[in-house]
Amino acid sequence: MDHVIEVSQLSKLYRLGEIGTGTLSRDLHRWVARAMGKEDPFLKIGESNDRTSKGSGDVVYSLRDIDFSVSAGDTVGVIGRNGAGKSTLLKILSRVTSPSTGEVRIKGRIASLLEVGTGFHPELTGRENIFLNGAILGMRKSEIRRKFDEIVDFSGVERYIDTPVKRYSSGMYVRLAFAVAAHLESEILIVDEVLAVGDVEFQQKCLGKMGEVSKGEGRTILFVSHNMAAISTLCRSALILHNGRIDFTGDVNAGIERYVRSSKSATGAVDLANARHHVCNFSKLRSVTLMDEAGVVTSTLFIGKAFSLRISFELFEDIRNLEIGWCINNIQGVTLVGYVSPWEGFQTRFDKGSHEVECTVPFLQTLPGTYYVTVWVKRMGERIDDEVERAIEFEVLSRDLNGSVTYFDKYAELNTFQHSSWTQINSLSS
Amino acid sequence: MTPKKNHEQWDLRIRPNSPLFDLHLKDVWNYRDLLALLVRRDFVSFYKQTILGPVWFFLQPLLTTVMYVFIFGRLAGLSTDGLPQPLFYLTGIVAWNYFAECLTKTSSVFRDNANIFGKVYFPRLIMPLSIVVSNLVRFGVQFLLLICMLGYYAFFEGFKIEVNAYLLLLPVMILIMAVLGLGSGMIISALTTKYRDLAFLVTFGVQLLMYATPVIYPLSTASPSVKGIIAANPMTPVLEGIRLGLLGKGDMSMASLAYALVSSLVILLTGIIVFNRVEKTFIDSV
Repeated sequence: MDHVIEVSQLSKLYRLGEIGTGTLSRDLHRWVARAMGKEDPFLKIGESNDRTSKGSGDVVYSLRDIDFSVSAGDTVGVIGRNGAGKSTLLKILSRVTSPSTGEVRIKGRIASLLEVGTGFHPELTGRENIFLNGAILGMRKSEIRRKFDEIVDFSGVERYIDTPVKRYSSGMYVRLAFAVAAHLESEILIVDEVLAVGDVEFQQKCLGKMGEVSKGEGRTILFVSHNMAAISTLCRSALILHNGRIDFTGDVNAGIERYVRSSKSATGAVDLANARHHVCNFSKLRSVTLMDEAGVVTSTLFIGKAFSLRISFELFEDIRNLEIGWCINNIQGVTLVGYVSPWEGFQTRFDKGSHEVECTVPFLQTLPGTYYVTVWVKRMGERIDDEVERAIEFEVLSRDLNGSVTYFDKYAELNTFQHSSWTQINSLSS
Repeated sequence: MTPKKNHEQWDLRIRPNSPLFDLHLKDVWNYRDLLALLVRRDFVSFYKQTILGPVWFFLQPLLTTVMYVFIFGRLAGLSTDGLPQPLFYLTGIVAWNYFAECLTKTSSVFRDNANIFGKVYFPRLIMPLSIVVSNLVRFGVQFLLLICMLGYYAFFEGFKIEVNAYLLLLPVMILIMAVLGLGSGMIISALTTKYRDLAFLVTFGVQLLMYATPVIYPLSTASPSVKGIIAANPMTPVLEGIRLGLLGKGDMSMASLAYALVSSLVILLTGIIVFNRVEKTFIDSV
């Protein structure tokens, strides 16, 4: 197949810390080094970009020696944790910034949607902004005029088309902006999580439009998202970035599988030494570990599957009526469900020393999303002795349940579900 | 999915460095519609939600003229080469405003548009160009005001109009102002992305520069010791030339105009080169 994008040895370097202080002296330093024919002194100390560990150097590689290529008509999902270099890659591809080393070769016109509504002017009307935004994205005036009706129709804000966009609701604003972008005529389209905005109906419409673009019109799409559901429906292949390097390229499902697995163990086991503890009169929580049904340490769980939580703690004295408990909170902090050891008839007599217990839940009830675990220990019927809130964060995915994913996303206000059986009692058709 | 070496025709190559004189001018031409729309945007958004609307285009130079007449004309008693004071000052203000606006707006173009520049690619040169063209529209409107004022003085005050062949050089003078403002603005804009301090100096510097340009005084009254410095300023022949063409009094030679044209073109070229170098990575440092 024909390659439309080829990336070779691409690196991007960022200087950490405050830019602007000491740059003059650094520039001089650099300039002297270059004049003497040496390598740039600040290029050497670059290290891989791991945001969780504090590096010693003040220069990091956001991307390092990236090599890949994309064939015409392919749809590639770019996956990676925050700070993996996804946005940097997209910025380089869309020429917003330039690489530190390496080269990108592109065939055809490239359009990027790193953000919708760039360059919208609040004082101008919807109509004027369609033209302005279209031109910023690289369309000719005649092209916009030809597609104008289609754009307005897609956005669904026809009634307000001659109103200044500052009077628009934020949803209408985004609709109009996406509509312009979606009608760009380009061989390559780069999209960065713009779908995170707008209501569900419009999100579906955008996804549909993008699918149409890639399948019907045979355009090449690079799509960055944290929404695995959207990636798996839209994309054929996946590109996983990890700390600025390519971790995987290939089939999308294999990619998602690998990504989900690799994000396991990363935060699946948490040492609570630095966490905020409670009074700790006779006990102290040491660590918590989350495991999936196969016993693999993970921070990603699947809805409806079994999982377990291991809790390590230390007792400073013998306790005869110990209660160990934990609960799941959603990101708003609402407690959804709790698990308490004596309720299940678990032992309550513990001797002084270190202990580790495991609690297995046969069926994960929370809907896809991000949740937290809060853990505590106390004497039964007394006040909490040690408690760590948000001890561990985990993500619930739904990919394994009937293969349907987006179904759950529509109920943002629901948190948990239970299995129920459905029977048809009556039906009158006319 | 490994890159294979081939020698096909690629439409675009993104590399860390491009040749020094790769000015993307063809790219700029492709985006000419954007330029037009940006100018329109500037014009429309200028007077939206103001009561007086486009009248502000006239009001601002008029009020400044009144102030100058009072301070420099009456209080300080500076010479105006025998020309009516309002006409003398208005000519200077209209011309100087155009240059100064081009310079200050262009010099902050990276900061003002960091949001757009960080999200979409288009030839960055379009932005400063749109500033120069937008201000040209404004300059045109204000120039009309100047003509009206000239007419008023001719009819009611008995001012003898001495419009002469030098007025034909007006397009050249406008070009010099635009090129000079654009060029020096771009040089400053490129520097300010790294050394933010310069941004504070710009407004101050433009003000100082105004006094080094015959805006509120004619070149003929400058003492010989400073005349050399003032004549080295490429804006000097422009202002003197406009007065010469329009009002019949001014100290401009063709040689000085040629000097201004050449030096401003050199500044423009430097500006474009510096600007193009900075535009590639500025978003990382803003």
